[in-house]
Amino acid sequence: MQYSEKVMQHFMNPKNVGEISDPDGVGTVGNPVCGDLMTFYIKVSKDGKILEDVKYKTFGCGAAIAVSSIVSEMAKGKTIDEVLKFTREMIAEELGGLPPQKMHCSNLGVDALHKAIQDYLSKKKLNPLLCRCPFCDGDLPCAEIMECKKCKKQIVKCPSCGKIVEYKDICTHCGGKLR
Amino acid sequence: MKRIYLDYAATTPVDPQVKEFIQPYFDKIFGNTQSVHTFGQESYKIVEQARNFISKMLNCSAEEIIFTSGGTESNNTAIKGVYFATRNFAGKHFITSTIEHHAVLEPMKFIEENFQSEGAKVTFVPVDSSGIVNIDKIFENIRDDTVLISIMHANNEIGTIQPIKEIAERLKKINQQRQQQNKHKIYFHTDAVQTFGHMKVDVEELGVDLLSISGHKFYAPKGVGVLYIRKGTRIEPLLHGGGHEFNKRSSTLNVSGIAGLYKAAEIASEVMQEENKRIKLLRDKLFEGIIKKIPDVVVNGDMEKRLVNNLNICIAGVESESVLIALDNEGIAVSSGSACSSGSLEPSHVLLAIGRDPVLARGSLRFTLGRFTTEEDIDYVLEVLPKIVEKIRKISPIYKKTQ
Repeated sequence: MQYSEKVMQHFMNPKNVGEISDPDGVGTVGNPVCGDLMTFYIKVSKDGKILEDVKYKTFGCGAAIAVSSIVSEMAKGKTIDEVLKFTREMIAEELGGLPPQKMHCSNLGVDALHKAIQDYLSKKKLNPLLCRCPFCDGDLPCAEIMECKKCKKQIVKCPSCGKIVEYKDICTHCGGKLR
Repeated sequence: MKRIYLDYAATTPVDPQVKEFIQPYFDKIFGNTQSVHTFGQESYKIVEQARNFISKMLNCSAEEIIFTSGGTESNNTAIKGVYFATRNFAGKHFITSTIEHHAVLEPMKFIEENFQSEGAKVTFVPVDSSGIVNIDKIFENIRDDTVLISIMHANNEIGTIQPIKEIAERLKKINQQRQQQNKHKIYFHTDAVQTFGHMKVDVEELGVDLLSISGHKFYAPKGVGVLYIRKGTRIEPLLHGGGHEFNKRSSTLNVSGIAGLYKAAEIASEVMQEENKRIKLLRDKLFEGIIKKIPDVVVNGDMEKRLVNNLNICIAGVESESVLIALDNEGIAVSSGSACSSGSLEPSHVLLAIGRDPVLARGSLRFTLGRFTTEEDIDYVLEVLPKIVEKIRKISPIYKKTQ
């Protein structure tokens, strides 16, 4: 197993490490027993459009730390809409590739950041992009696998294409693996 | 950059004297040991010299050892070999511990999974929190059809030395009763890959029927090992062919490898005592230094019943791989557990078996010292490691300082 130079750079000198004391949104994903754990904190501009600050804390391997660092760098100063289009593939590409066994468990930065944005949006009672069922417009809980309160369908965000789809083996939009 | 190797339990470099010694066995003395001509006789001579020496070290006769390709093959031969040789008339039940090396666990699981229909069954007995196998549990689990008990001599991750002698003594009494009842003997195998060449390994004193050795763990080349098979032990070979090694392991003999194993064993028997004293001092210095400089560190496994070169710790709040990579970046090579599991995301099966919290278990580091470790190496680690841990803990969402 070998890490790219860019992964090593971000791992040795991670950017934006830490917590935000009064965050507008917080998102945690992962599992410290058999994978990695990441918490992202965001601060949003007054007009509710731009991520003014992004910080994180990460427990995990070198890849997990590098992923958190680059995600925070890429997201800082961007609009929420732009950041919601980030995918795991984009992050891996930006890092010059990740070892295959790290793609699933360590490349969680985008998910954690998206969860922090969901948290912000649901707190603000804005029409949260990720918190409405795409099939019946029912309420979705903020979770990795969201069960629609109305139609009871299980909904996830496809890690490959970023679309909100029904939780099946593969994504109905891009064919990417969901489980 | 300074390069410090502290992963001797994964593998060792070939000792310079061994390297020198084996040179003629590649191109000058290269004959097939089974050939009649002088080329063959020359190779045969060194192999038999090696066999005599190793068997003396083990306190057995020369016909009781076979050369193999290493520890994995020796373990596989012992386990599958006994199963295939006895399945039709003796038994099908095996007992082993939960902390064995994968080269024991996997062949055990293979037999259980593939021969379930004919009744194959393996019992895995637990260890206590200090990493020593529970002897009573072994004996509680013996059945009429038990044919093999396999317990490692010392654990490869946490270095704990297992009570092989005590198990053998209790087993001897049971085997005496079984003989009167006309039941098949229960064989006793030990994986001595971590101990042979590092401490006294005497098959009579230990009381085992089968014992596995690997060359590259004691400064011999990779790809050569030994299996001790007590006279009368039924074993089916894994490799069938030209009938080498008393019909127990066909394959043209690895003459240069066997010569290397011989020389490495000879050096080990000469320097072992002094070397162990020196290494233990360095290991203890490393341990005390870490405990002093890094808060929230726990040691895994008993510190007394332990290989003198092994230190295995859990560092709260960090994940091993990130520490390994940061250390490697500073020229220091250590491991999280066994080399086989580095890079896997699962916590070590050994640390879970001794009851470590699974999250804490993910922060394990194994330092294994060896012949070429110096005091400067240890000083350097003690200078670098605390800084790395502090840096990674700053990133960690789960580390809360307790002191």
